[in-house]
Amino acid sequence: MGVKTSHYYWLVAPAALMVAIFFLYPLAFSLYSAVSAESGQFTLAHLEKIFELYSTDILFTLIIVLSSVVILAVLSISIAALITLSPFRSVVTLLGFLYRLPLFIPFIVTAQMMRTFLAKNGLMNNAFIASGLMTPMDTVSFLGWSGIIITFVWKQLAFTTLLISGAMAALDESQIRAARNLGASRVRILINIILPQVAPTIGVSLVLSTVTMMSVLSVPLMIGTGTPTMISADMAFRVNSYGDYSVANALGLVSYVLCAGLAWFYLRQSLEDKGVRS
Amino acid sequence: MKQINNLKPHQRLLSGGRLPFQLSFWGQMGFILIFALVLFGPIMNLMIWTVTEVWYFPNALPSQWGFKYWQQVFNPYSDVSGSLITSLIIALLTVVVCLLVSVPAGYALSKHSMPWRVFWMLLFLIPQAFPNLTVYMNIARLFYEFNLNGTLFGVVIVHSVHGLMFSVWISVAAFSSTDPMLERASRNLGAGPIYTFFHIVLPQAAPGLIASSIFVFLESLDEFTGTFFVGAPDISTLPLLLYTASMEGNYQIASITALILLVPSIFFMLVIHKFMSPEVLSKLGK
Repeated sequence: MGVKTSHYYWLVAPAALMVAIFFLYPLAFSLYSAVSAESGQFTLAHLEKIFELYSTDILFTLIIVLSSVVILAVLSISIAALITLSPFRSVVTLLGFLYRLPLFIPFIVTAQMMRTFLAKNGLMNNAFIASGLMTPMDTVSFLGWSGIIITFVWKQLAFTTLLISGAMAALDESQIRAARNLGASRVRILINIILPQVAPTIGVSLVLSTVTMMSVLSVPLMIGTGTPTMISADMAFRVNSYGDYSVANALGLVSYVLCAGLAWFYLRQSLEDKGVRS
Repeated sequence: MKQINNLKPHQRLLSGGRLPFQLSFWGQMGFILIFALVLFGPIMNLMIWTVTEVWYFPNALPSQWGFKYWQQVFNPYSDVSGSLITSLIIALLTVVVCLLVSVPAGYALSKHSMPWRVFWMLLFLIPQAFPNLTVYMNIARLFYEFNLNGTLFGVVIVHSVHGLMFSVWISVAAFSSTDPMLERASRNLGAGPIYTFFHIVLPQAAPGLIASSIFVFLESLDEFTGTFFVGAPDISTLPLLLYTASMEGNYQIASITALILLVPSIFFMLVIHKFMSPEVLSKLGK
């Protein structure tokens, strides 16, 4: 239409430059800074230092992220399956409305909610006391590792369920109907017919959730009190208190590796699945 | 066939015939009840804190209720009003920056003749594929050298890069849904490319561009990590104020700020729902 394709480059250039300068460059710089000394030479000193100082925190982060991912997978698959397979219209409508609720609630607001809700005198413990399940002296604060997991799951569940139930809704309905007519139970339909087909979506939603969990600073700062803490909080501390970018970047490298590890696990799994099928 | 299917659950037993129909209904309803309690519990707690004046352990509920802190928050000289204005300015500027760069990019990428189209699309996904905490840290270091730390401009840049993925991808979808024949007709009738773009193409893509702007606005309003590294302590947005108030144990101010942040989120969710409904989307191309 009169516009040469070379002109399109000029149209994309500003946006691409912004990503390159303000994302790719700092990203590359963080990798470089993690493994080089001040003179620019390659060194593993920063990595050694973080394993010396922060190995508990790295383990702690790994456990938190993995448990959150597992709980997210179980819950979001169950909710999406209920929405897809439940014979009760009221259940489907109610669940469809409820699960989306946290989708647009900001992480920082979620963190503040949980900070009050999970505390020793929070509404959760108070509700248990009021219902007679506990006495005020038995209450414990959930602020800590369990609180971080609860907060991540509470917030991310909407996102993963949205993606997974979307994938389930897009499936060919005739397969499910055929299986039902042949007498398969709903649980069997879920495991043998639905799950294998939505597995890629489950993988993508969980990998994206992991990246989000590693990026969110407000939750570990506001919910995780004391030590051990997540490495994201350590990174902020290292930069704000010491101005020590090398060690912070080395921790950043660990967070990339954590996410990449999960992505790799997912890719390998999906490749194996393809290998089996073909 | 359909009828049999509709009848079946009422006659049959569910989940492999183990649970009777009635029981499974109440089982699922029980699950929903627990789910609803878990979802609304924290929100309720936040609401209670906004109207609490005195609340000591082990009282189950506040011993004194009132709107004392609301007056404090909405005092024109309070930190909250200042942060609210800063947040809104930053969010609006971020929307402007994102629109300026993503409208041309979205238009170009909606053309399938664009060389390396997939590569460009993936490029804009990258900010979502890496944990961005480390990146923000290093941007802050970079900005420090150029005296951009603690400036409005620096924060807007960080928010824009974060919002770019939404704005570019939604813009591509919006421009893809426009009718290429109208564009061609306009050019054949002698209109220039720029006139055609602003009078024929852009109005057709407007609903999608508005939706993308809403996303960018919300993301900017709620952004914490980037502002924490690049803006603090000179620039105070609502999330930063919430964080400081909460860490100081000032839960009332923190909860009211959180509630202020929730209002646009819920409002825009309803608007986006309207824009993104299948009926509206199906009309887009017509």
